[in-house]
Amino acid sequence: MSTLLEVSGVSVTFDGFRAINNLSFRIGEAELRAVIGPNGAGKTTFMDIVTGKTKPDEGRVIWGEKSVNLLKMNEAKIAQAGIGRKFQKPTVFEDQTIQENLLMALKKPRGWLPVLSYRATAGDLDKVAELAREIGLLDELPRKSGELSHGQKQWLEIGMLLAQEPRLLLVDEPAAGMTPQEREHTTDLLLEAAKTRAVVVVEHDMEFVRRLNCKVTVLHEGSVLAEGSLDHVTSNQEVIDVYLGR
Amino acid sequence: MQRSFIARNPSVLIFLACLALFTLMVTVLSEGLGVGMISTSFVKTLGKTLCLCLIAVAMDLIWGFTGILSLGHFAFFGLGGYMIGMWLMYERTRLIVVESLSQAEIPPTSSEVVDAIGNQIFGVVGSSEFPLIWAFADSLFLQLVLVVLVPGLLALVFGWLAFRSRVTGVYLSILTQAMTLALALYLFQNDSGLRGNNGLSGLQNLPGVEVSQDVVSLWFLWASAFALGLGYLLAAWVVSGKFGSVIRGIRDNEARVRFLGYSVEAYKLMIFTLTACIAAIAGALYYPQAGIINPAEIAPIASIYLAVWVAIGGRGRLYGAVIGAAFVSLLSTWFTGGQAPDIPLGFYTIKWVDWWLVLLGLSFVAVTLFAPKGMGGLVDLWTQRRAPNRHGADLGPDDGALREQEASE
Amino acid sequence: MLRLLLAGLAILLSCLMATAEEGAIQPVLQEHREVIAKSSRKTIAPAIDAIADSGLPQAQRVLETWAAKSMWMRKSDGYFFAGEKLDSKTYQLLDFDSGEVVGTFAKKDLKQLKPNSGIRAMIGTALVRFQLLDADIAKRQAALTSIQRDPEAALLAPLRASIADEPDAGLKAQKQRLERLLTIGYDDDTAARVAAIEGMSGDLGVDVRATLNPLVAKTRGVAPGAAPQGVNIAAILTPGDDDFPEEEAYDLLVAEGFAPARVSKDEVRLALAENIEGGSVGGVPVAQLDKDETRARAYAALAAAGKVPPIVTAADVQTALAAHVFFETYAESSADVTTAAQKALDTIALKVGVNQTLDLTLDALSLASIYFLAAIGLAITFGVMGVINMAHGEFIMMGAYTGYVVQQIIPDHTVSIIVAIPLAFAVTFAAGVAMERLVIRWLYARPLETLLATFGISIALQQLAKNIFGTQARPLTAPGWLDGALVMNDVVSISYIRIAIFILALIFLGVFLFIMKRTRLGLETRAVTQNPRMAASMGINPGRVNMLTFGLGSGIAGIAGVAIGLFAKVTSELGSDYIVQSFMTVVVGGVGNIWGTLAGAAMIGFLQKGIEWLNPSNTLAAQTYMIVFIIIFIQFRPRGIIALKGRAAGD
Repeated sequence: MSTLLEVSGVSVTFDGFRAINNLSFRIGEAELRAVIGPNGAGKTTFMDIVTGKTKPDEGRVIWGEKSVNLLKMNEAKIAQAGIGRKFQKPTVFEDQTIQENLLMALKKPRGWLPVLSYRATAGDLDKVAELAREIGLLDELPRKSGELSHGQKQWLEIGMLLAQEPRLLLVDEPAAGMTPQEREHTTDLLLEAAKTRAVVVVEHDMEFVRRLNCKVTVLHEGSVLAEGSLDHVTSNQEVIDVYLGR
Repeated sequence: MQRSFIARNPSVLIFLACLALFTLMVTVLSEGLGVGMISTSFVKTLGKTLCLCLIAVAMDLIWGFTGILSLGHFAFFGLGGYMIGMWLMYERTRLIVVESLSQAEIPPTSSEVVDAIGNQIFGVVGSSEFPLIWAFADSLFLQLVLVVLVPGLLALVFGWLAFRSRVTGVYLSILTQAMTLALALYLFQNDSGLRGNNGLSGLQNLPGVEVSQDVVSLWFLWASAFALGLGYLLAAWVVSGKFGSVIRGIRDNEARVRFLGYSVEAYKLMIFTLTACIAAIAGALYYPQAGIINPAEIAPIASIYLAVWVAIGGRGRLYGAVIGAAFVSLLSTWFTGGQAPDIPLGFYTIKWVDWWLVLLGLSFVAVTLFAPKGMGGLVDLWTQRRAPNRHGADLGPDDGALREQEASE
Repeated sequence: MLRLLLAGLAILLSCLMATAEEGAIQPVLQEHREVIAKSSRKTIAPAIDAIADSGLPQAQRVLETWAAKSMWMRKSDGYFFAGEKLDSKTYQLLDFDSGEVVGTFAKKDLKQLKPNSGIRAMIGTALVRFQLLDADIAKRQAALTSIQRDPEAALLAPLRASIADEPDAGLKAQKQRLERLLTIGYDDDTAARVAAIEGMSGDLGVDVRATLNPLVAKTRGVAPGAAPQGVNIAAILTPGDDDFPEEEAYDLLVAEGFAPARVSKDEVRLALAENIEGGSVGGVPVAQLDKDETRARAYAALAAAGKVPPIVTAADVQTALAAHVFFETYAESSADVTTAAQKALDTIALKVGVNQTLDLTLDALSLASIYFLAAIGLAITFGVMGVINMAHGEFIMMGAYTGYVVQQIIPDHTVSIIVAIPLAFAVTFAAGVAMERLVIRWLYARPLETLLATFGISIALQQLAKNIFGTQARPLTAPGWLDGALVMNDVVSISYIRIAIFILALIFLGVFLFIMKRTRLGLETRAVTQNPRMAASMGINPGRVNMLTFGLGSGIAGIAGVAIGLFAKVTSELGSDYIVQSFMTVVVGGVGNIWGTLAGAAMIGFLQKGIEWLNPSNTLAAQTYMIVFIIIFIQFRPRGIIALKGRAAGD
């Protein structure tokens, strides 16, 4: 399995606090990975670094077959390179319709000139409808996304991620605040997505992680504590001490 | 998505129809070509108001739609005015100078003519040399190009610097305010090359045009109405499609747009420069009607008033900006012009010339607090649109995001 | 004491001896009777000198009487007396030598001597030597001041003579200094002058520079062939140098009569206009004269016909320049003196430069403290609470007007300032709290709306102030003990008001730090700033804390208003003059940090003074460049000089 993203030896400090400490992490194509860890373990900061929001003090982040250095790129460039991100809180554009949200995310030229002259073709609309059906929002297309329920917004955001057609999906606590049925649907969406691309899921909920049935990375104090199957890491004494034991 | 642009935006058609009707009515009632019920000075006031509406549309694009509260757009407005003013002043002075020099025994050389114009124009600031920035003042075409080019370039450079370093929210507002202050202070100097605090004057006289001001004022009214219509159409088109989606996304949640792969800085820069150009065109039409331009016009306070108009009209909707600008500026003219009746209270008489600004300031606070939709909210009452119930949350985390009450279902 | 006594004795003795030899001053006067009676400025000098040099003790009284127009000549014998008016027709005469009354005379028998102002000035100069020795210290001081104002070669000797016996130490120092200056200017001995110059080298006094500068003043000259001998030449000039362009060189030639004047374009045009004959000039039709070439052709034709002077061509100019030598000469003829003076001036210039830098630094420091005062309240509301208060400037204005009103009620300036400061704090504190409760509370987390709403309040307050106090500036007078300036030397001085403001700024910094670090309010404020929900759950009432913090910020603005009002005019626009700079200070310094505000104020103050120094004529340009600089500065430090990092910065 070829490596898609390789993070090596990354450290970052906020006002003397080491949020990430010599972290190394790699993920291949079409792989599903869960990242777990207690609060303050650096899960969100790790995502910030990969997506270009935070610049690390040291270390390397290498992307794709051509081994591009992501640290030299800004957020927009990284997103265009094929890394999609879903935030912890659902962040959709609430003043706009679901259709507009999805159209904005659709993989198309991102420059202002093509966007200015862009008019949706029938093919684009079909694609949007297909995505909406997948996330269960087909009937809601002309509604403003601000009116959706919390779970629907989470799905819409996942839908927007899929519309971007990224090669790597970073998903931050997708199941937070969802009903059990909604969780199940979310799990299905992620498993489906992981068939064609790499997916990294940050999650607290062990039950949800178990259902994903994938390799797990445990973060603690900014570096990797353990890696392997869920059963493997949960039997690790260190992990039990810092995380499960509490 | 398959329907035509106009069909999707019926308000544009309504607006254009109203504008055309208004222009027609003023023409019919004017002194120049109609029955003479509206005085020429009032025609000029109306023409100027149309220009203010145009810059309000630009302001709405940048603030209402993109969430950037620029407190510097009057700098571009003023620069546009200066650019056209340079030609008007140069050409008019040239005609006068050529006329007077032709009385001399020896015909003047071209350099003598230029020197004499320089003397006329820059005598007040104790100079007679043409500064470099007047190099194209003798060509109407080039100055018209500069009307757009100079403010556009300034906006491009300033915007590039500001957006590149990710200055947002209040910081950006203060920075734009600083920009317009710096420009105003610079122009106040006598050696700025634009006649210091004297400014450019006599702009109402079109060189080589023998027609009376009654008619000229109507020409400008038409031109202003045409520009406003065109600007409105352009703005409506820009915000209607995917581009509109992106800039509204930037307004409500800039970071999210960035993670979608859009280069937020490029979009901001583009919209900043575009609105600067629109503002400049509005200024170039405004100042020939006002007759005079001086650096006080681009003091920071003017740009803040612009934000006030848009807020009172209702931001995030183009017709709101137009209504706000027209309403507040006409009302302001009425009050400060001494036409409003005084209110005797027995112990004190309220003179509106003195108290209008107090009223405006307080009503502005009231609008911000109680009616964030502004006057556009009245339209919603009529079309029976309601604000969504979002339990007091804004539509996005950014400083410029829409408030709950501002959005409509 | 003994020496003094001896000196006095010696003077007395010499006087007695003089009296013994000649006795009376009347003979001296009689010797010059004609010129004295004629009273002409051109001829009077010997008479005055004779009186002054007579060495008689009466000479001073004679000169004083004369200058006061109280000297009369008896027509019968031509004797001079001091006259006293008895009534309109009769005068009583007193003898100069004996001091006794000679008798009463009718006015028609007498001639009053009325020296004109020129003569009185000459008498005054002659009198100075007496006044320098006068018993009255005020008169000696006055004499010194008169010499300083009007130095003259003749005064050098009497000044020197008076130094040794000067009893007052301070005056003696002044006399010695003045003697050195006069030596530089007027001593006959070059070596003495050079020594004096070297002694004064490095002195910052304006008087030293005023003495030295005329010595090295240069005049440009030109001579055919070689430079003249016997003059003190400073430099040989080459036409075409940067500071001596060929134009100027040729103008010098024309002025000295060595070359014909150039014919200007205007003169060409006038000459052409005068020589129009039948619609053409020199064979060129008038209609074609709208170009320089045709005009030149026509003029050349006229010149060939001898009607006008020929035009001076560039080649002519070159030839003329090459045939002459240009030089600069000193007015002072001694090369030794000019060299020494130049050297001394260079040394002084260096010292002046150093001191000017010091002065500029003090200026910048005082400007920085003003900005700091104006911005500190804003730093609290904007920095700590994240609230933009556009009406902050109007709070400053309210403070200043409070000071003005207090001064109307309490006339004593010292007391009124002491009352005004807490009162201004109270007034603006109340206004701030009211504004927070009524407006800002509803707009937290909506900074742009806050900005606009507070702007609305700002224009309303400004207009309100205009309606109440009118548009003209109101005075806020500083107490007398703040008048004047601390003068360190002729270059460095700083006014007491500025020192007071500097101290006030330091006090504010201390008070702010104390409140934030040592009081309950400070603790709660910091807690609410960092995490309002957490703070609320720990029993802190965020509403109350915000209200008090906002009131505090506004109150400090009010006190700043009193301070600013002391040196600026109190108008309704007072606040808006400072608001943009205040915002700049906070933004440049870094939000949420008082040290940042301090650094921002220092940077902006120093920057503005520095730019003004580079371009002293133009404060407008200085402000423009400063703002441009700040815009660029923000590029490199978007979060200010002292930036918060990490999550607290709220990315």
